[in-house]
Amino acid sequence: MKNFLKLLVFFTIILSLTFSKASAAGEQQELLKVDWSFKSFFGKFDRASLQRGYQVYSEVCASCHSLKHLSYRNLAEKGGPEFTELEAKAIASNFEVTDGPNSDGEMFERPAKLSDKFVMPYANVQEAIAANGGAYPPDMSVLVKARGGGANYIYSVLMGYEDPPAGMELDDGVYYNKYMYGNKIKMASPLDDDIVEYSDGTKATVDQMAKDVTTFLQWTAEPHLETRHKMGFRVIIYLVVLTILVYFSMKKIWSRIESKV
Amino acid sequence: MSDHEYTPKSKVGKWFNDRLPLLTLANHLTDYPTPKNLNYWWTFGGILTFCLITQIITGIILGMHYVAHADLAFQSVEHIMRDVNYGWLIRYVHANGASMFFLAVYIHIFRSLYYGSYKSPREVIWIIGMLIYFLMMATAFMGYVLPWGQMSFWGATVITNLFSAIPLVGDSITTWLWGGYSVDNPTLTRFFSLHYLFPFLILGLVVLHIWALHVPGNNNPIGIDIKKPSKDTVPFHPYIVIKDLFALLIFLIIFAFFVFFSPNILGHADNYIEANPLVTPAHIVPEWYLLPFYAILRSVPDKLLGVIAMFAAIFVLVILPWLDTSKVRSTVFRPIYKQFYWFLVADVLILGYVGAMPAEGLYLLIARVATAYYFAHFLIILPFLGMKEKTTPLPLSITEPVLGGSADMAMARNNTDFKEKL
Repeated sequence: MKNFLKLLVFFTIILSLTFSKASAAGEQQELLKVDWSFKSFFGKFDRASLQRGYQVYSEVCASCHSLKHLSYRNLAEKGGPEFTELEAKAIASNFEVTDGPNSDGEMFERPAKLSDKFVMPYANVQEAIAANGGAYPPDMSVLVKARGGGANYIYSVLMGYEDPPAGMELDDGVYYNKYMYGNKIKMASPLDDDIVEYSDGTKATVDQMAKDVTTFLQWTAEPHLETRHKMGFRVIIYLVVLTILVYFSMKKIWSRIESKV
Repeated sequence: MSDHEYTPKSKVGKWFNDRLPLLTLANHLTDYPTPKNLNYWWTFGGILTFCLITQIITGIILGMHYVAHADLAFQSVEHIMRDVNYGWLIRYVHANGASMFFLAVYIHIFRSLYYGSYKSPREVIWIIGMLIYFLMMATAFMGYVLPWGQMSFWGATVITNLFSAIPLVGDSITTWLWGGYSVDNPTLTRFFSLHYLFPFLILGLVVLHIWALHVPGNNNPIGIDIKKPSKDTVPFHPYIVIKDLFALLIFLIIFAFFVFFSPNILGHADNYIEANPLVTPAHIVPEWYLLPFYAILRSVPDKLLGVIAMFAAIFVLVILPWLDTSKVRSTVFRPIYKQFYWFLVADVLILGYVGAMPAEGLYLLIARVATAYYFAHFLIILPFLGMKEKTTPLPLSITEPVLGGSADMAMARNNTDFKEKL
């Protein structure tokens, strides 16, 4: 048992080292911290926030940023914004997709269906770059996972627009952001108070919209997060119970031998 | 292999066993006499077997959905994460499984270093183990390339470029490895093919590793030779099986914690950005388990010498059984080596740390000192220490230190005899 304790101490050290290293991974500016509902062992998404977040995405971000790995059906799936199927169908039908060829060999336009992928704002990367002053607006499907600080980083960048410090020269179309790497960003501050109108009566402050859209992007990056947390909790409980049973079985078996386990 | 002849009881069993002695093998594996003083550091062999099987099973399933093409790989991984039933679970188990595999293998290797398990008569087990370790690194490296994210692409570029340091033929070799003039689709498809092949080579080597182990039998924490079977041993089943299972379950709890609650913490965020040959990430870092070697590579100013140093760092491990001149296996009886052992552990951890940092200033200096110490440990300290060190007296048997030579030995023996009669 003494050895076993040593082993446990060893693991704890390794784990704490990994986590401290991961959290200290060279951020220049301490990120804003939000107490997200999806963090922690039982973390879940705030459904209303996801729906509002989708609204912010579609009315503000979607004009430049794609969500190419998502399909419209995802909006109605469990663990997401959980729009009703009718609502999701209505959302999809606002977009035109090219389908075909039909029996005449022609390509044709039709309204998007639930099974279609999100329609992209630009036809290709080159068009996106050309339309945005040489900067490519990244696809947002896994953006939260593709940035060191995760959700906090996205939220911080949205909140981090400021006047540049004295003496800092910025080119046209370049903006100062406190949390962006290098502090220069080619996206103008996308959010202003009341830029969208929430149907549930929530006041559309910049802070509120930043939180909502970040929550939404966390979901697009991890659509199965709720299932994962729920399953993880059960798996660990199961393993702990099994471990205890095996421990006592082991004690019983080794009691035949005059030796310590 | 077994000390006593085994004959199956049933007629069919005997008929089959005379033609293919699988039952004899099964009997050997269950009865295999194991030192009864093995501690929990010895449970990692079983844990590693579990890790390998898990990687193979999850990998085969991922291979059904993954598309090895530069334009589709990233998308197919997202397809697995979103649309494949429990695809996210399978991929996270596979990705974190690699890290857990290396965590376990490092513990396994350092256990061997502490208790002198590489020494005569177990040199072949050790060398096969090192081959497995080397193949594991190659497999993990190629696996990390498959999602075709930024770190995949640039990691592959950095590592394959190392071969260009070879004089005269370096560039041709690199081109040959790439299947073109840069890391591109042909590189990805061959990495996928080899990533699928290598685990089965590892599996074969694992069989040899265990076979070679079963010839002399396990080493043990006090490192002395023991008579097998005797009062110092217990049959593998059920004693070691249940203990390995208990340790495996603890390991699985930690594993599950990563998979379900921090699945991306061991990876690099940049790998969720699709590979782009035109944009180089600020810092190109390999996965954590390769960092010590990466630090050694970068600590040498000359590219070719750096590559040589990196491969030499693995090669000194292969010839370790002949570098360590001490006849005493277990560190328990080697007071001075014990200090150096912990220095080495610290040294490797430091190398891992500086490997993750930019190679400049103080970090580079530390990396150089740590690299020099790493080689000094194996090439200078171990050979001389073995000749000079005054070791403490070895006990005569396991039972002596464990039981203090009590009358209970007889009882233990009766118990094993009793089991054999069954």
